[in-house]
Amino acid sequence: MEQLYYIALTIVSLPLLAALVIGLGNKKLPRYIAHWLACGCVGGSFVLSAYVLFGFITNKYVDLDINVYLWGQSGGLQITVGFLIDRLTALMMSVVSFVSLAVHIYTIGYMQEDPGYQRFFCYISLFTFSMLMLVMANNFAQLFFGWEAVGLVSYLLIGFWYQRDSATFAGLKAFIINRIGDLGFILGIAAILYYFDSLHYQTIFKDIPKFIATNSTIAIWPGTEWLAISVICICLFIGAMAKSAQVPLHVWLPDSMEGPTPISALIHAATMVTAGVFMVARMSPLFEYSTTALSLMTVIGAITCLFMGILAVIQSDIKRIVAYSTLSQLGYMVIALGVSAYSAAIFHLFTHAFFKALLFLGAGSVIVALHHEQNIFKMGGLYRSMPLTTAAMIVGSLALVGFPGTSGFYSKDLIIELTHKSQIPGAQLAYAAALITVFITTVYSFRLIYLVFFGNERMEDNTHMQPVHEPAKTILFPLVLLAIPSIAVGGIMIKSTLDGFLQGPLFVLAKHDVTQQFLQMDFHGALAMFLHGFISLPFLSLLLGGCIAWLCYIKYPLLPQVLQRDGKLLVALLQAKYGFDALYEKILMPLVRVVGNYCWRIGDILLIDRVLIGSTVQGIVRISVLLQKLQTGYLYHYIFIIIAGLLALLLGIMYL
Amino acid sequence: MFNYLLFSTLLLTFGIAGLIISRKNIIILLMCLEIILLAANTNFVIFAKFWGDIAGQAFVFFVMTVAAAETAIGLALLVLVFRQKNSINVDDLNQLQG
Repeated sequence: MEQLYYIALTIVSLPLLAALVIGLGNKKLPRYIAHWLACGCVGGSFVLSAYVLFGFITNKYVDLDINVYLWGQSGGLQITVGFLIDRLTALMMSVVSFVSLAVHIYTIGYMQEDPGYQRFFCYISLFTFSMLMLVMANNFAQLFFGWEAVGLVSYLLIGFWYQRDSATFAGLKAFIINRIGDLGFILGIAAILYYFDSLHYQTIFKDIPKFIATNSTIAIWPGTEWLAISVICICLFIGAMAKSAQVPLHVWLPDSMEGPTPISALIHAATMVTAGVFMVARMSPLFEYSTTALSLMTVIGAITCLFMGILAVIQSDIKRIVAYSTLSQLGYMVIALGVSAYSAAIFHLFTHAFFKALLFLGAGSVIVALHHEQNIFKMGGLYRSMPLTTAAMIVGSLALVGFPGTSGFYSKDLIIELTHKSQIPGAQLAYAAALITVFITTVYSFRLIYLVFFGNERMEDNTHMQPVHEPAKTILFPLVLLAIPSIAVGGIMIKSTLDGFLQGPLFVLAKHDVTQQFLQMDFHGALAMFLHGFISLPFLSLLLGGCIAWLCYIKYPLLPQVLQRDGKLLVALLQAKYGFDALYEKILMPLVRVVGNYCWRIGDILLIDRVLIGSTVQGIVRISVLLQKLQTGYLYHYIFIIIAGLLALLLGIMYL
Repeated sequence: MFNYLLFSTLLLTFGIAGLIISRKNIIILLMCLEIILLAANTNFVIFAKFWGDIAGQAFVFFVMTVAAAETAIGLALLVLVFRQKNSINVDDLNQLQG
């Protein structure tokens, strides 16, 4: 108990220490100290996290819920900093610190020539700290702190190359859209505080059955009575929607690719964007009681999963393709949450972190090798010069499409199977969307592989002048580091995921429990699932997708152009990304600007500047002009006032 | 005793009246201040005598030394003021008005 507490404290403190030292030292700190310190601290966090996870697997540790200190108190509300360490947290801590470590090492090679080397290490260490605070929180206040802190670091890192207008714009976009989600999130937290009178997870979870029994309702506007639990859950889910980039708050994620590639891997693929999924899983005792919220999640997840996948097919920027596939995979996780398969969602989060980080880092390796060329139509035939990167990307893509045996297969197939079994409204829709998405995922994944690594070389002359070769070892090593779990971890973890490794922290009502049904009826071990994978429906759509990609990009390279010419309207729709950006920029933004302008005039200029500040200043001036007259400069006036005052005081004391 | 106290009260009143009324000369102001202090001293002596406590009389000596010092400073300031303005008229010293 005591030991676990100190380990937890060390795990979060190490990255913070690194961030502080590097951030304060900045340019004065030699580069090698910056990266050794950052990698060392994150490495230490990873070793300890893995030790904690191992302790939980072997049942050496029991759940720890402890307050570190009281940060603030107001009435009955106590805001504490504390840790809740259970199996879910341990798993997340290991994922975060492992991917972070891989990305730290990768950064040494990737950012070699960048003048902001130390600043970058400071930010990513700070990110690791914030993310660990988020997953280890034992109360909503700390969760919110971590939530905002990762958002802030994400903003700083998207706009890392601040000389580029597009980067600062993308950073602002991410920040502002996350504010919308945060509004929902903080409303949800406020509602929880109102109904449960506490922010502490365990206290709230204990009170839930009592709260459900009261059947309290809340009127958002007069005349409508909503079940309070649904309102709370939907508010929290709005927060998760922005963070985990679900439709319609997804628009920031593709733009966030303006940031350096290591960041795309760490923040916008493996860890931060999954914070929403983690949060919903952590709040599973709440969400279980709101069928409305679950159903909403299923539908939103299905929409994101399918439609964002389709967008990836027409992208030409290598990073954007991977970004849209991230959106699509996040959609899978949200579907899993919606059908109450929280353990499957966390499982997919876990495997996705590895293979998506691998894909991003592989893409980064290609980008470095081609001197920051990101257009896949200007690549091709790279497998000859970059065999290791090619292998890594193929492994990542196979895991992404869910080829039987890879870790992506186990988690994704599990989600598809469980969605099929679920009774939640919208689940069958989600099942269909998930199946189609498997097909689409395969199309764009293999399109990427074919266009980048095979076929003809289409490099522009200036990149072709020097021969393309594999980048530095620090870039390649993380690829290997991530490729191993991308293949292996699924088969190892599937059994314990289903067996209820996460049963403690994740709560599922018996009537929603599809995981248990699946375990009892359809699951006969990882090997059987692997073999069954070859005859299942997802595999069929996978094969179909692979064939189509092969036809379009290897066999008949002219085919896509023909298709593009025939389907002009569809292509235009896809190129406009379904018009979400246009909707926000043309309709919502002017509206918000008008309202904001109005508030600024009434609230800021009139009320605050003129009435409050202006009149205070003028009042002071007027009174001073009056008081000025008392100061005549004549000594006898002063003396008279002193004596008169003294007399008045004496008389006052005598008679009152 | 009453008469003695009346005498000290009169001294105080003259002192204060002098402070307020005099418009001509700073030296008069200083003298009035001395008179106020003397009124306090007289009170000390009176009560010391009537209550048979020697401490009051001892205190008077202290007050007189302090008063002497204070008057010395006052006169020094006065000399400075005169050098500056060529006048020790109270009415002329109103530069500190707001």
